Amino acid sequence: MKRLVAVIATLLLVSSAFAIDDGVRFDDPEMQARYEKLISEVRCLQCQNQSIKDSNVSLAADLRREIARMITEGQTDEDIAEFLVVRYGEFALYSPRKTGKTLILWLVPFLLVLFGGYALMRVLKHRMSLPMDSDTEQ
Amino acid sequence: MNRFVWPLIAVMALLVFLVMGLRHGDPRALPSPFIGKPAPQFELPTLKNPEVTIGTNKMAGNFALVNVWATWCVMCRAEHPFLLELAANKAIPIYGINWRDSRLEAIRWLEDLGDPYLASAYDEDGRVGIDWGVYGAPETFLVDPDGTVVYKHLGPLDPVVWQREFVSRMSGGGQTE
Repeated sequence: MKRLVAVIATLLLVSSAFAIDDGVRFDDPEMQARYEKLISEVRCLQCQNQSIKDSNVSLAADLRREIARMITEGQTDEDIAEFLVVRYGEFALYSPRKTGKTLILWLVPFLLVLFGGYALMRVLKHRMSLPMDSDTEQ
Repeated sequence: MNRFVWPLIAVMALLVFLVMGLRHGDPRALPSPFIGKPAPQFELPTLKNPEVTIGTNKMAGNFALVNVWATWCVMCRAEHPFLLELAANKAIPIYGINWRDSRLEAIRWLEDLGDPYLASAYDEDGRVGIDWGVYGAPETFLVDPDGTVVYKHLGPLDPVVWQREFVSRMSGGGQTE
């Protein structure tokens, strides 16, 4: 039993090592962080429910390589997002940009909450103006 | 009565969107951002002769197909006979982009199965594939005489798709829809 627990614990510890790693390492930790963040936010188009960080299909590897190259060349995150959107469309980004057509994706939830709140308020106000026992009489 | 009208309309609208979503066909097929835009420029060595290059500028003047293929791609084998048929009928010039493949195997494939392409570009590291927004071979682009991408098809070409999506777009004399 103890042994089993030990095995499981070891597996849990090393499970992060199962992540895809093609050895991209930047000397600059800030660049490394940007790289890790970017690749976790780009959808793998061949396997649409994975990010290119989690996927080892060829296209994901190509895109990781391109992103690493652009970071080394000093391009900004916006440049890289633009590069991907021009080629694959907004769908490639897990976190759509807050401009243009995709702005609606970010606004709609807030609008719905506002609208729902307004409707709720109307209903409650209406009910409060009714005589106390009117509900039970119906 | 009146209190049910708006929720009913909302539910109906949702249903319409759901049905539209379900009828969309292949969920992997994404709208290509290139439709109506100039075909991405590239210049690559040809598959058969690394000394010679092929690129977007050599396709101008005619409607042309740009077909992304690879020997590891099962569906490419499925569509290959139809590409040969198109080439035999001189229906349209067909250019290939051999995507992330082995040069030797790709040449052998064309020798064994026949070669429908005027030329195939050899995109070994997939760099040009990225510029064309390729995410799954086979993909076929229809480029008009001005070099504008008119249509992109994901998956194998067949006579039905060809008639419905390609021929109709070529009759307009190069006008994009």
